[in-house]
Amino acid sequence: MSFDSILIANRGEIALRINRAAKSLGLKVIQAHSKADADSLPVRLADQAVEIGPPQAAKSYLAIPNIIEAAKASGAGAVHPGYGFLAENAEFAAAVEAAGMVFVGPKPETIATMGDKVKAREAAAAAGVPVVPGSEGRIDGLEAAKAAAAAIGYPLLIKASAGGGGRGIRIVRSDDELAQQLSTAQGEAKAAFGDGGVYLEAFIDRARHVEVQILGDGQDAIHAYERECSLQRRRQKVWEEAPSPSLDEATREELCASAVRLARHVGYRGAGTLEYLYDENRRAFYFIEMNTRIQVEHPVSEMVTGLDLVAAMIEIARGKPLPVTQDQVRLSGHAIECRINAEDPARNFMPGPGTISGLRVPEGPGLRFDSHLFEGYLVPPFYDSLLGKLIVHGSDRTEALARLTGALDGLAVEGVPTTRALHQALAADPEVRAGRFDTNFLERWLEERAATLGIGAKGD
Amino acid sequence: MATKQIVSPLPGTFYRKPAPDQPPFKEVGDTVAVGDVVGIVEVMKSFNQVVAEEAGTVTAFLAEDEDAVMPGQPLVELDG
Repeated sequence: MSFDSILIANRGEIALRINRAAKSLGLKVIQAHSKADADSLPVRLADQAVEIGPPQAAKSYLAIPNIIEAAKASGAGAVHPGYGFLAENAEFAAAVEAAGMVFVGPKPETIATMGDKVKAREAAAAAGVPVVPGSEGRIDGLEAAKAAAAAIGYPLLIKASAGGGGRGIRIVRSDDELAQQLSTAQGEAKAAFGDGGVYLEAFIDRARHVEVQILGDGQDAIHAYERECSLQRRRQKVWEEAPSPSLDEATREELCASAVRLARHVGYRGAGTLEYLYDENRRAFYFIEMNTRIQVEHPVSEMVTGLDLVAAMIEIARGKPLPVTQDQVRLSGHAIECRINAEDPARNFMPGPGTISGLRVPEGPGLRFDSHLFEGYLVPPFYDSLLGKLIVHGSDRTEALARLTGALDGLAVEGVPTTRALHQALAADPEVRAGRFDTNFLERWLEERAATLGIGAKGD
Repeated sequence: MATKQIVSPLPGTFYRKPAPDQPPFKEVGDTVAVGDVVGIVEVMKSFNQVVAEEAGTVTAFLAEDEDAVMPGQPLVELDG
């Protein structure tokens, strides 16, 4: 379906990123914004802006009727949801289509299927993609749970079928613990997600988080290699890189091919990411879930492949086929992204909104800073704390790390706390430099350094 | 009887309830002891309790549930 204008239903750095891609394709950019974002850079750089509600996200960026109304009133031909907010809301995607506009993303049915972890797991298994050993679908009753647990083996996780972002997960190590936790987990899932369905999954200790970027046009699909996102705090990624330093060539090819199989199996349209756990000892990977949207860390994939993923997803939404064939996607060099958040690492990552009183952005070969900041900008308290993403590219990981160190030294954001010092310490850490880390590495690392570095003091 | 106010410690969104499907921490007429939680201010997805530093009886809420608030803005009025 053709369109020549696009409404951006998001804010911050990703709104600017979509703006840039849309303008490169000659589209008119309409920016939806809350009252708190009226003076933001995405609004200033849009061709047209529409206010969709008060500062609180629930009443603006999450308010489906407000956004549909704004899109219709502004004559937008398409809606790009960005990430977070309504990006993986099938109801929103369906509402955009019902209003006669194009949703830049997968079909509503795909979002619904892949957003349900049990259904996504079934789809993966059907496409021949390895999944973490776990229960066959939802678990009803303790006896069925115990039988499934016996087949999987302890320790295992009780996970909410409708959960996400690390929420609704419990570790159990015995039949007794399973008996204690099962009904509580179901009750919590019901309260938190409106759906009490839970399932069981083997708990893989010291796993790495590896994910594959894919692009589909509804018929065919390709991958843009993998990202390594094991450095996480409270299950939030803080540092991502491409490619993963932990994969050998054969495993990489196998992993990426499995992602393409699943994307083709579901007739995927748009940009998406398949998340896997990677067990380095067994050299085995297991699909865990799919994100049916563009991700925060997409730039590292762009840096190592030369693709413009956001432009590609817009072109696909306009009905065009995939921009490149698989053999035209070449992996070149190494890229690292650091999320610069308005949080104070020395005060247990306490967030700090405020006015940007000074800003110095590093420049040089292989550097990119995706950010909506400007001097005098008031960082509002109503949304997440992401200030910008510092991305570096080098011919190999060593060069990328060297450029990262220089870029972090050159970056100055004044007026609010930032996580720059955390990234400087990580970039200098021997284990990080050697690429030796798993998904629990950063939390252990922060605990060990709480006393000496004044970073990440424990307790809240 | 002196009137006291509990103010917001942070900028953000004020909530009177611990969760959307639960009753408010306090209602008008309730007594408040030092250390009681009277609300939550969400700042950048981090939830911070608003704790009473003085005791009294709630006479009014000066901010509604889900209102945007600024640091120092009065949230609750107490008598006593």
